[in-house]
Amino acid sequence: MHQVEIATTQETLLDSPEMVLNMGPQHPSTHGVLRVILKLDGETVIDLDCDIGYLHRGMEKIAENRMYTMIAPYWDRLDYIAAVSNGLVWVETVEQMMNLPVPRRAHYLRTILTELNRIASHLLWLATHALDIGAVTVLLWALREREEILKIFERQFGARLTCHAWRVGGMPNDAYDGFTEDVQQFVNNFPTRLDEYETVLSENRIWLSRTVGIGVISADEAVAIGLSGPALRGSGVAWDIRKSRPYAAYAEMDFDIPLGENGDTYDRYLVRLEEMRQSRRIVNQALENLPDGPVNAKLPKIVKPPVGDYYHSIEGPKGEIGCYLVSDGTAQPWRVRVRPPSLINLQALKQLCLGHLVADVVAIIGTLDIVLGEIDR
Amino acid sequence: MTAAQGDVVQIGNRKSAIRNNNMPLVKVPKPKFMTKLRRFFMADLLQGLRLTLKYNIGAIIDKDSVAGKGIYTEQYPKVRPDVAPRFHGAPRLNMDPETHDTLCIACNLCAIACPEDCIDVLAMDVEITVAGKPRRKKVLDEFIFDTSRCMFCALCQEACPTSCLELTQDFELATYSRAGFVWNREMLEQGRETVKYTR
Repeated sequence: MHQVEIATTQETLLDSPEMVLNMGPQHPSTHGVLRVILKLDGETVIDLDCDIGYLHRGMEKIAENRMYTMIAPYWDRLDYIAAVSNGLVWVETVEQMMNLPVPRRAHYLRTILTELNRIASHLLWLATHALDIGAVTVLLWALREREEILKIFERQFGARLTCHAWRVGGMPNDAYDGFTEDVQQFVNNFPTRLDEYETVLSENRIWLSRTVGIGVISADEAVAIGLSGPALRGSGVAWDIRKSRPYAAYAEMDFDIPLGENGDTYDRYLVRLEEMRQSRRIVNQALENLPDGPVNAKLPKIVKPPVGDYYHSIEGPKGEIGCYLVSDGTAQPWRVRVRPPSLINLQALKQLCLGHLVADVVAIIGTLDIVLGEIDR
Repeated sequence: MTAAQGDVVQIGNRKSAIRNNNMPLVKVPKPKFMTKLRRFFMADLLQGLRLTLKYNIGAIIDKDSVAGKGIYTEQYPKVRPDVAPRFHGAPRLNMDPETHDTLCIACNLCAIACPEDCIDVLAMDVEITVAGKPRRKKVLDEFIFDTSRCMFCALCQEACPTSCLELTQDFELATYSRAGFVWNREMLEQGRETVKYTR
């Protein structure tokens, strides 16, 4: 299946033949169970192939045999770093298919909590990306801030990672007592922490030599491959679903979309850091204007979308995460298709890595910010 | 590095065929004079070292300018974490606090709501007399909860009409055997004995 041709022409004794190297699936910097088959000339990558599927759980098939309300917890297990965003795709798809009017307070709480989840996801990306490249300190600091967000999730949803955050028609519970104070405290402390990461990384000569000019992709190629999220915006393409097709309460928020210029690893790092600042801005605004009222719409006893198909997508932390849903009018979906951002972003790996060193492959996998639970489903 | 498909380029000391390597070259911004000066005096490294030193001192005296504490690690087995009230942990069947009868009415709604089919509600009919007339009533006989397949999504807790089934704050669910993950009615009502390790 993965046959790589090796040219073993040795002109002198000092020449090394081309070599095939297996990276993963147990390699720590592949961020899960990704197997990368590298064809090397010395330390230079001249060909590359990805082998995925080690974490396949058949979630799309499972969804065909569950009621609409039961499918939401499985969505948390796709991109488990951003379970709150993933759950939102599913419930919004079902709601929009059924034309359910969701209360305004639920929309605002969804906006706050998905933005917090974006910050948590970017923090874990920063932690592991910096660790892969060799900056261990940032790992400890970023996980410390992520812990604060996970504590808010635990108090709000009852779980830290796979939250099962939303229900069709709204939320399981209203915000807990002290929710505003907790979020406000995090939002107040966060800019200082972000500045600390920048102090350690942005000017650091080791960080610059490991990221600047590594894994360059031009805007045209990024669009052609279908990249989305920060990986696309790092190349300077202004595409964000929060702006172009607003969902939840994003239409009422004021925020900017950071864009990179060169499309290299360093620009994607800057884009994500700036995105965390913008997320903080959104959380601040939503918290100020948080309306009162119910958080749940009136639901029919059995959730049954009308016959037809529907596609809805949101801007997840890693890119456009979408759901294509086909309903035959029964209580169970006929087909659920996930549009995973990580899988499509991973396709750029070969193009990004060719000509670079093996050590840069680690940096490039980190900068794409993939999660294997989402790729294999 | 801009070689076309099938071109032969020189890598290191030997010739090698590189396929499809049309990477755009990135323009590294030329460092300005101040940046050069900062680099010469190693300001980029020293400012990072200053920050990490600040954290080291903060960890020793347990003080931090932002959050007020310098040590964040939880000392788990010694200090048990304060789990949130909404936490989805070990399941429990609640009982009436006065009569100590189970609150479960054997309606089977939790078993229907469960996505993973890990709940089995076994009911039996008993004869009771209501206002002098004999009636048949469905009561709970046995309740099987397979925690090894449970996702802790709390859909069963939301489906329960009498607040009987509840996911509690108990989070230590490890056992020595697979059979230990299947909880019966007695374990669900009384709670499971957890071994508390002390020094």
